[in-house]
Amino acid sequence: MMQYIWLIPLLPFLSSVLLILTAGKMPRRIVAFMGSGSVGLAALIVLSVGMGYMQSATPHTLHLWTWMQIGNFSPGFAFYVDHLTIVMMSVITGVGFLIHLYSTEFMQDDSDYSRYFAYMNMFVAAMLVLVLADNLLLLYLGWEGVGVCSYLLVGFWYKDPANGAASRKAFVVTRVGDTAMALGLFLLFTELGTLQIQPMLEAANNTWAIGDNIPAIAALLLLGGAVGKSAQLPLHTWLPDAMAGPTPVSALIHAATMVTAGVYLIARTHDLFVLAPDVQILVALIGLATLLLAAFTALNQHDIKRILAYSTISQIGYMFLALGVGAWSSGIFHLMTHAFFKALLFLAAGAVIHCLHHEHNIFKMGGLRTKLPVVFWSFVLGSAALAALPFTSGFFSKDPILLSAFSAHSSALDSGFNLGPWLWAGGVLGAFLTALYSARLVFVVFFGEAKTEPDKQPGWRMAVPLSILCILSIVGGAFTLPLASVFPAASEHAVSGLVHVISIATPIVGLLIATLVYFKPVLPINKFTDSGTGTALRGFWHRGWGIDTLYDWVLVKPYVGLSAAMKSEWLDTIYHGVVSLARSLNVWLSSLQTGKMRWYATGMAFGLIVLLTLVGWGV
Amino acid sequence: MDGLAIPLNHVLIVATLLFVTGLAGLMFRRNIIFILMALEVMLNAAALAFVAAGTAWQQADGQVIFMLILAVAAAEVSVGLGLVLQIQRRFKTLDMDQARRLNG
Repeated sequence: MMQYIWLIPLLPFLSSVLLILTAGKMPRRIVAFMGSGSVGLAALIVLSVGMGYMQSATPHTLHLWTWMQIGNFSPGFAFYVDHLTIVMMSVITGVGFLIHLYSTEFMQDDSDYSRYFAYMNMFVAAMLVLVLADNLLLLYLGWEGVGVCSYLLVGFWYKDPANGAASRKAFVVTRVGDTAMALGLFLLFTELGTLQIQPMLEAANNTWAIGDNIPAIAALLLLGGAVGKSAQLPLHTWLPDAMAGPTPVSALIHAATMVTAGVYLIARTHDLFVLAPDVQILVALIGLATLLLAAFTALNQHDIKRILAYSTISQIGYMFLALGVGAWSSGIFHLMTHAFFKALLFLAAGAVIHCLHHEHNIFKMGGLRTKLPVVFWSFVLGSAALAALPFTSGFFSKDPILLSAFSAHSSALDSGFNLGPWLWAGGVLGAFLTALYSARLVFVVFFGEAKTEPDKQPGWRMAVPLSILCILSIVGGAFTLPLASVFPAASEHAVSGLVHVISIATPIVGLLIATLVYFKPVLPINKFTDSGTGTALRGFWHRGWGIDTLYDWVLVKPYVGLSAAMKSEWLDTIYHGVVSLARSLNVWLSSLQTGKMRWYATGMAFGLIVLLTLVGWGV
Repeated sequence: MDGLAIPLNHVLIVATLLFVTGLAGLMFRRNIIFILMALEVMLNAAALAFVAAGTAWQQADGQVIFMLILAVAAAEVSVGLGLVLQIQRRFKTLDMDQARRLNG
């Protein structure tokens, strides 16, 4: 089966090219069939490749052709398959197929049906190239490919200028990280002479010792790319705005796949991060800071999609925390379960929005429990998994992260300061907040009195993906990922029972408190939230800790001002002079063209006289 | 040949007068039919000069060119009259100063 790997990215790519070339001339049925069918077929191939791989279980490289040949630099168009690749491909094509199927109904009334599926398929193809790439340059191709598709899909409804601004923001902010990543690739190539991932990591291990400077710089630069793509502090501001796109796009790109590319990158090049323990600790700290900041913000949003966006940022923070403390496979495991339950939540939110005349504000919803039962149960199960309530998939993936964080070996820090418990405490606080905001979302949207009546019910093409994702969100934790051969074993430390109990109990406590606040308001929380401090704090958190405002003042406004100043530069007056000269000549000469034929004849006669006179004088 | 004693200069003066008359007509008349007639006068002035020059130098070329000019004039009139009809139909006038839609 291994020789058919190239088909996996090729199928969605071909479908996308075909959809682009036919430019929306094909009937919707065929577009829907091709768009979702190509991804579904790719998913089937991934399944059979995965089955075959589990038997041999040796990493496999498929060299298709040499991409370019410059001196001793010859990156190949080659695919590398190991357990990590299989896991990532399954998530991309599996969840991707469900989202495509859902989209066929969600986008039914849109006039740009074919364009939508062209972009979505292109995205899936690029994402598959990203995870299949055997060298970092090919990975970078996929990396930029998904960036472009994200840009196109965020600005899908381009007629509203706000959507265009959101897509530009997403593109520019991630570009900051991508630049760092490109520099990292240059550094790695000059130092190690190859970009092929496995030989490169081997060479890195042979060349450098733990704690050297160059691997630290390289890891830091790669981390820059990962932070941009995965929307971590300080480059996270693009993700909430990216919710301007259609909701299935948010589910596929901004929850399940693209935003986890940074996690994949770090996991793939984990040897570099092991060589740079300080950077690895930084990864954990970034993750922790991001997950707390985003959780507080999510608690104070009222747009259903922005809540989910901040919650995505927060959950990816958990993945970074896991990577930072060396729990590589827990991080990837959380990536997978998060793809299930966050895609489920986004699709369910999309169904709510779809059935409620495009209403986004959760306080204008309410009482939808009996009216949209499928969506209600999807939301309940998805939120339970998000909050990591026991026996959901989120529990099985988040719990190991917290425990690994607690026992994080602090040998990296010279001071001997024990960071682990602090990371754990932060993670537990985040888990508490997660339970709080997910319960708030469910209670506000689905309980209480109805404020808006749904005007339609989701059809089977929406209900089936939701149901499948519901099942995956619950039982997804039972999968054991065979990642032991890819990553070094996480250091096992005995953790006291109390830590276990607190980790498990926190989400339940969060849920109980949310019940007392949002379901049966018995806690006098209004007294605080309506006071001066409370209002100010809520506003501050609602605006995402003012980071957008800060960037606006520090970066955007000076830049715009500077470019406005540059625009009226003195050298330009020369060119403006040429322009105005040509313009006035034009006005003057065109006034000669009166349209009166007699004038032309007279002009010719006198011109001839002048010429003949000159000839006669022998000039 | 010998009997004719009109000097070449005289013929050229007549041709010039004819040409200037035609040019004046072209410049000062507004009716397109008169403009066409003025054009004919100018063509014939040139033709007269050719004939006279051919006679003076005893060359047949002058008369050949005259025949050519005659043919050109006939062709020009047929196109010109077609235009006159069209102009009358489109602009309801023969005044060329009214038909000036091609102004800059």
